[in-house]
Amino acid sequence: MVPLSYYLILSGILFACGVAGFLIKRNIITIFLSIELMLNGVNLTFVAFAAQLKSLDGHIFVFFVMVVAAAEAAVGLAIIIAVFRTRETLNVDRVNLLKL
Amino acid sequence: MLHLVLFFIFAAVCVGGAVNLLAQKHPINSALSLIVVMGSLAVIYLLLGAEFVAAVQIIVYAGAVMVLFVFVIMLLNAGVEERTPHGSRVAMMLGVPGLIVGLGLGIWVVTRITGLDKIGIGGPAIMNGTEAFGNPQAVGRLLFRDYLLPFEVTSVLILIAIMGAVVLARREE
Repeated sequence: MVPLSYYLILSGILFACGVAGFLIKRNIITIFLSIELMLNGVNLTFVAFAAQLKSLDGHIFVFFVMVVAAAEAAVGLAIIIAVFRTRETLNVDRVNLLKL
Repeated sequence: MLHLVLFFIFAAVCVGGAVNLLAQKHPINSALSLIVVMGSLAVIYLLLGAEFVAAVQIIVYAGAVMVLFVFVIMLLNAGVEERTPHGSRVAMMLGVPGLIVGLGLGIWVVTRITGLDKIGIGGPAIMNGTEAFGNPQAVGRLLFRDYLLPFEVTSVLILIAIMGAVVLARREE
């Protein structure tokens, strides 16, 4: 049997990797991938606590997080395409104006 | 015992994929290593008895969302990440050690205040019964009975996201 804390440590590591990628990376697509990694770490926490508390509510929350992540990915990638079309770059240091 | 061995194998794959995501320069390599992370997370969900979540993780995350990512990376012909040279030297010298010290202090203070350091690593083990815990039948019953209104609201959210994506990615006339 696996202790609950192992799952929480794993999800903490995944979340920390996501935060580090968000801060270090300069490519806007890789930053987006790091956000997805953070969401996955949080999902693991939900499922681990659902198994610990013998409650299915955590699974429902994971479902909603996945829905929001999918919507966010669709809109975010559309924004990336729009930015790339006007700026011709994916480097966030060169995208320093909100104006398209 | 088998659970523990499987957990360690797939947790190692998971962390390796996450670190590889940071280490790779090309975004397509980062995207593929994120698919590895998501696939091994699906196995860990199965260990926790969450069959429905594991299936959705593979189908939606590792399937649909990552295909979208890879598609956009190939569409934009994204190359190797370029480094901007004009970073602040003071931030490079002081930032990383300062961040580590700050995080360590924060963790220490929080664990001392909440008393978590008395518990230590280990804690209660998750007892996986033989019964199917998070099978699609149980999740579906909960989703369409207790959480019917949030479920319907997500359909509106998806609709708005579709329209937003179409409007944003449309070519300006």
